[in-house]
Amino acid sequence: MAEILGIHNVSKRYSSHIALHNISFSVQQGSVFGLLGPNGAGKTSLIRIINQITGPDTGEVLFHGEKLQPKHVERIGYLPEERGLYKKMTVGDQVLYLARLKGLPKYEAKKRLKIWFAKFDMESWWNKKVEELSKGMQQKVQFIVTVIHEPELLILDEPFSGFDPINAQLIKNELLELKKKGSTVIFSTHNMGSVEELCDNIALINKAEKILDGSVKEIRKTYRTNTYKISFKGNPLGFINALWAGGDLLDKHTEDEIHSYTIKLAPKVTSSQFLQAILPTCEVHSFNEIIPSMNDIFIMKVSEVNQETGTQSNYTE
Amino acid sequence: MSKIGLIIARELKSKIYNKTFIVMTILAPLLITGFIGFIIKMSQSEKTEQNVLVIDESKLFTDKLSGNDYISLTFSNLKLNEAIGSFYEKGYSCLLWISPTIIEGGAGATKLFYKKSPGFGFQTFMKDQMERIIYENKLRANNIDPNIILNSKQNVRIILEKVNDVGKTEEQGSFGFIGFISGALMFIFIMMYGMMVFRSVMEEKTNRIVEVIVSSVKPFELMLGKIVGVALLGIIQFVIMGVITLALTTLLSALFLKDVSSQLQVFEQQQELVKKQGTNVDLSKLEKFDDKLEVFELLKSIRKINFTEVFICFFLYFLGGYLFYSAIMAAIGSAVDSESDSQQFITPVMIPLMIGYFISTKTILDPDSTTVFWGSMIPFTSPIVMMSRITSGVPLWELLISLSLLFVSFIVMTWLAGRIYRTGILMYGKKTSWKEIGKWLFYK
Repeated sequence: MAEILGIHNVSKRYSSHIALHNISFSVQQGSVFGLLGPNGAGKTSLIRIINQITGPDTGEVLFHGEKLQPKHVERIGYLPEERGLYKKMTVGDQVLYLARLKGLPKYEAKKRLKIWFAKFDMESWWNKKVEELSKGMQQKVQFIVTVIHEPELLILDEPFSGFDPINAQLIKNELLELKKKGSTVIFSTHNMGSVEELCDNIALINKAEKILDGSVKEIRKTYRTNTYKISFKGNPLGFINALWAGGDLLDKHTEDEIHSYTIKLAPKVTSSQFLQAILPTCEVHSFNEIIPSMNDIFIMKVSEVNQETGTQSNYTE
Repeated sequence: MSKIGLIIARELKSKIYNKTFIVMTILAPLLITGFIGFIIKMSQSEKTEQNVLVIDESKLFTDKLSGNDYISLTFSNLKLNEAIGSFYEKGYSCLLWISPTIIEGGAGATKLFYKKSPGFGFQTFMKDQMERIIYENKLRANNIDPNIILNSKQNVRIILEKVNDVGKTEEQGSFGFIGFISGALMFIFIMMYGMMVFRSVMEEKTNRIVEVIVSSVKPFELMLGKIVGVALLGIIQFVIMGVITLALTTLLSALFLKDVSSQLQVFEQQQELVKKQGTNVDLSKLEKFDDKLEVFELLKSIRKINFTEVFICFFLYFLGGYLFYSAIMAAIGSAVDSESDSQQFITPVMIPLMIGYFISTKTILDPDSTTVFWGSMIPFTSPIVMMSRITSGVPLWELLISLSLLFVSFIVMTWLAGRIYRTGILMYGKKTSWKEIGKWLFYK
């Protein structure tokens, strides 16, 4: 896969604080990339730099290997966190205006908009003023405006905050469809569920610095703690004995003669070694590795860094 | 470039279809000319026919009091009581009674009886005559010939002639009024369109649409598009208002000033004649316009104003002044979150405009003072002050310097505003201070 976006040593400071410090990562074409981090970590600053709304103090951003230039805005779609529309303008005039600002000719913009409006079942809104629409309806309009010029790179800042569950799902589906068509998606979010569901790769930013990046699968693998959940029938005593060989019991739970134990194996013990040890004493029903969720990793990493620097996390969700 | 076009078009369209705009554009000139017309109409004395029955018990005024085109007098020896009951039935519109003791003075010495009010003009006409007659009477009583007094009175008129650089003189219209009006109009226009830019910027910021737009165009382009869009709107409004006003005033002056202008023509022809033939002209054959001389002066000084110059200057100064101030207004609009926060920023911008306005009121009294000169050079006040000076003759070099200063400052100001704007529009939830805005100037 080719790189669509390369962030190289980007730093940005405002008079009173550092917004980004030496951030680097790379986004592959056709992937969904999650930009994670607590509030105030610098995500929006970085997104604004990618959108050329502001510029970095040092470092550079490459788009298809080329230094970012004004002409690239037509190939990038952006849905900001603080999104709005002109309240007094009609929906049709508005989407047409915004689409043309992205460089689409009028007739082409009109054609595509009609298709999108039909798809979202909102043709009757064309001549309505935005102030007559509900918030959910406005969100659909905003999403269409973001993707109307079929951008290669789609950047969404907190796309799932403020959306109702139906619209959020609709947008998730659209994102996956766009990905299938070859678009690359970058989004920042607090919603770790959506990260696991959608993202191929992530970067975690905290206090202006990148503290983690890589593919979601890899990261979760790296943060494996050799913890398993096993349910079995039989004598728990035999099970406990087998655990002596190298592991700790974290949690236990019994229902209808089926025991569910959560165990953490010692680093040198593999799962098959352990299974071999217990199989003579009990009948195993299920055996699953507990992989930490992105949420766990997020909280763990952020508080780790904050402890090091001796500050409190301002992360709240 | 085409994107700026889109922004300009949107800005124009969103405002031009606004009902307030349409109503304002059409109604304002109607109101203004209507008002002026009303004042002119009111100031002209009503020429109602008056048929006056005069009972002069003092016997001082008989045959001395005279009427005019629309006032006719009839003297009578009737008793007052009888006359009061019957004057209206006999076809007189009012009854003037003069007491026998009028020459001794005191209030209530003369009375006017009427059924329909004869109006102020008529009263003044009669009063002036009576006062003059009493005055002459008293002079004669003291053996003084009233003609001596009359002839020793002489009006003095000052004619302003400006000596220009090549030593040629030209008569100046001392008509500061037009200058003052255009200065005031300039103040209103700059403020009005400046506020329009301010609102438009703030609307986009509070609507939160601005971030979507600046991801497509540069903030500076957005700001410029907005300023130019409103400028075009202003020009359109200006032209429409101008055409309506012109049409209305032409119509009104055709209705009200027709007599005066044709009289002025006769008057000027007569003056030419006197100039050419000297004393050979039979003066008694000439029409007399003594009571119209002031109006003639006014008309002549209006004619002397170079309206093309006034209009071109108004246009250029409006453009420069508007661009200059609207850049400041755009910067301020980007810095605030709500209209209520905006006052602390708008007031300091209003102050130089107000100062300009005050200087312009000074121009009428003293158009060549140092304050007025510098006021018409410094870009913060020059659009207003220069307009107020314009009718008293401004040398071309001063105009050129003042205009260049204005347009250079506009470019500098727009550049500065652009730097504030691009940071301001994305700042939410923070109370902005002047210090903060100062810092934005230096962000990279």
